[in-house]
Amino acid sequence: MVEFTLPRNSKVQTGETHKAPAGAKNIKKFKVYRWDPDKGDNPRLDTYEVDMDHCGPMVLDALIKIKNEMDSTLTFRRSCREGVCGSCAMNIDGTNTLACTKYCADMKGDVKIYPLPHMPVIKDLVPDLDAPYAQYRSIEPWLKSDSPAPERERPQSVEERAKLDGLWECILCFCCSTSCPSYWWNGDRYLGPAVLLQAYRWLADSRDEAAGERLDALEDPFRLYRCHTIMNCTKTCPKSLNPAKAIAEIKKLMVERRT
Amino acid sequence: MADPSHSRQSVLSRVRYLGSAHDGTAHFWAQRLTAVALIPLTIWFVVSIVMLAGAPYEEVAAWLARPMPAILMILLVVATFHHAQLGLQVVIEDYIHQPALRVGSLVLVKLGAVALGFAAVFAVLKIAFGG
Repeated sequence: MVEFTLPRNSKVQTGETHKAPAGAKNIKKFKVYRWDPDKGDNPRLDTYEVDMDHCGPMVLDALIKIKNEMDSTLTFRRSCREGVCGSCAMNIDGTNTLACTKYCADMKGDVKIYPLPHMPVIKDLVPDLDAPYAQYRSIEPWLKSDSPAPERERPQSVEERAKLDGLWECILCFCCSTSCPSYWWNGDRYLGPAVLLQAYRWLADSRDEAAGERLDALEDPFRLYRCHTIMNCTKTCPKSLNPAKAIAEIKKLMVERRT
Repeated sequence: MADPSHSRQSVLSRVRYLGSAHDGTAHFWAQRLTAVALIPLTIWFVVSIVMLAGAPYEEVAAWLARPMPAILMILLVVATFHHAQLGLQVVIEDYIHQPALRVGSLVLVKLGAVALGFAAVFAVLKIAFGG
């Protein structure tokens, strides 16, 4: 059944406040979700007062500063710090996005930071993404071709290549899937927008020869048709992609092959 | 998904689950088809009811006994109940995860829609042919 309230042991409590160093003039408060699996405690919201005069402009800069200078126990994923790896996806100011491409100055008041919604939490801002990764694997995201392999590359026309634009840019940060209520309620069976966009990326590829097989595997009331065009995916995508449109294209192909 | 914390099953096994049902497109298509059909039918129904407002029973029954209103009314009833049960099925699948409760409510909605739909069609036919 859908749960509208958090279980007792998941209720977020007020945590510690880490003060800014004396003399700091430009202070911004970061309220960060903390949970330690090694302690039996409920999650809590710690407050960090960051001296913005000595901090980079992005939310990730602030998180790294906090970890380096204020509280080394804060745990989060990050790698490329330029929006191409997707590691630092988290819920910032109520929206799933990448900490490395989100400006601190975008938020007027305190900055609230939570892990990606409705996923099991491993620690602090690190969600367990094993399930969406397995779902990604299940759509077999690689080129399938039975024709003999050419000696050189597999050519595409300019138009054929253009069909992949808006699809190949996805970095699999799962901001979209974890913003989708349908994925929250049925994420065990619904593939979610990120994986369906990837599925369409291979359906749209002129070099791929397994479209029918791919559609067979997707044609399911839960895997595909849990999408109710809520559009949270498209609204939240930090790369400005349109997963909702990709899903609609898959649904169109499903109708096309039976009419 | 069963509570993963107690399961020793691999994530991939749980994700692949029972495989694809190769189903859902007919449902998707029927829901849109009935939605489109309901646009003119509903407009016709509302306009007719407004024009008949305050009319005595005999006059309304005589109107409904005419071929065109009777046929349109039957189409409206069928499209409405079909569309409603398709929509309610989605709501149940979305929100009710307890297997027995899910199957139970699906059966109730499907059979209920058929029963109510047939009753409504019978009522129209009785007025049209019963005199």
